Amino acid sequence: MSAAVTAPPTGDVVLPAVRWAAARDLKLALRSRGELGVQLLFYVIVVSLFPLSTTPERNLLATMGPGVLWVAALLSSLLSLPRLFAGDHADGTLEQIALSPYPLAALVYGKILAHWLTTGLPVVVLAPLLGLQYAMDGESLAVLTAALLVGTPILSLLGAIGAALTLGLRASGSLLALLILPLYVPVLIFGAGAVDAARAGLGVSANLSLLGAGLLVAMVGAPFAAAAAVRIALD
Amino acid sequence: MLEAQNLAARRGLARLFSGLSFRVGAGEALVVTGANGTGKTTLLRMLAGLSAPAAGEIRWNGTPAVPFDPALRAVLAFAGHLPSLKDELSAEENLASLVALAGEAASSEAIREALDNVALTRQRTLPARVLSQGQRRRIGLARLALLPRPLWILDEPVTALDAAGTELLARIVAGHLAKGGLAVAATHAPLGLPTARVRPLALA
Repeated sequence: MSAAVTAPPTGDVVLPAVRWAAARDLKLALRSRGELGVQLLFYVIVVSLFPLSTTPERNLLATMGPGVLWVAALLSSLLSLPRLFAGDHADGTLEQIALSPYPLAALVYGKILAHWLTTGLPVVVLAPLLGLQYAMDGESLAVLTAALLVGTPILSLLGAIGAALTLGLRASGSLLALLILPLYVPVLIFGAGAVDAARAGLGVSANLSLLGAGLLVAMVGAPFAAAAAVRIALD
Repeated sequence: MLEAQNLAARRGLARLFSGLSFRVGAGEALVVTGANGTGKTTLLRMLAGLSAPAAGEIRWNGTPAVPFDPALRAVLAFAGHLPSLKDELSAEENLASLVALAGEAASSEAIREALDNVALTRQRTLPARVLSQGQRRRIGLARLALLPRPLWILDEPVTALDAAGTELLARIVAGHLAKGGLAVAATHAPLGLPTARVRPLALA
């Protein structure tokens, strides 16, 4: 009947798979913009609470600004992660995704890409604006934005593993936080460290390079780990 | 040909079934019946490769199939008890998305025609959120009709379908069998398939 489709998947099925998953998740995200808004609003509010509750002193604010922005980015990423697979799991689409002839890791990669575009990228874009509340200078803002641009995809990639591992569990949201936050620590240290280095007049390339290396490792490994976790969740 | 040898399944410590062997050839439908909790869905998920059997072996055309086997995924159309639809997308978008996920190309005319065939012409652009359970099931039928896959695994396909829908299901599955396809269906209600093609399997 269809002997042609029994050939094992090759390289040229990866791109269509990534495109299918990313395009569908972006479309779904744009149809329920409210949820995206809530997550972004959360980020803005958390960042704005610190100057209100601590001090108007410019030097102190500029010191803690990068750290606060990074922590807020972590938390808002964590807030959106449970939805990455839960919707597809609840309506049975995840079974179809896992049984698709496309490689599961490529489909998962597309979902992660859409997650970053809808939750990570807005955080990066808003960062320079929010950084102004912390009296950060131009160079610090530029370094912070660059670090977030490299670092937030790592959050989505690592978070996807946690989201897949906690799929279908009770209290999966809090479990996800416990599981993933420790893994976020290096990203936080190098991300916030880059801005500190810039303020101290040191080179930022070491921190950004380490973040970049982390991103590459996560890009290669995380989709496969998340795909394996999805299969376990379906069993 | 789909073969099972000495399949066993357990849920927790309880054994659902064991020593289950059968063979389904081209043009045949294995119709699995049994009371609630006898392991019909578990068996179907095993055959689809979603879970591993506790013991035994599943073979597709003589080759042993492991869970999520790429060779099996390329020939399989699985319809679980959940309709796999996105509430935010229209009937048309849902169908196109599911067909594309299965790696098949279908033109928008083909999608439209498939929806016409399951009597969803007027619901084509409505979001799946507002469709009834039966109408959601019909999108699943349209999907099956669009997928040129030799092996269909259907979990409770009759659920929520009205008399016309059940007839439609019987016609689509019978057409699939007539073309040399295989089907495995778990059901409580009779499917209305030609008896010569049906191989019954009762789980207890």
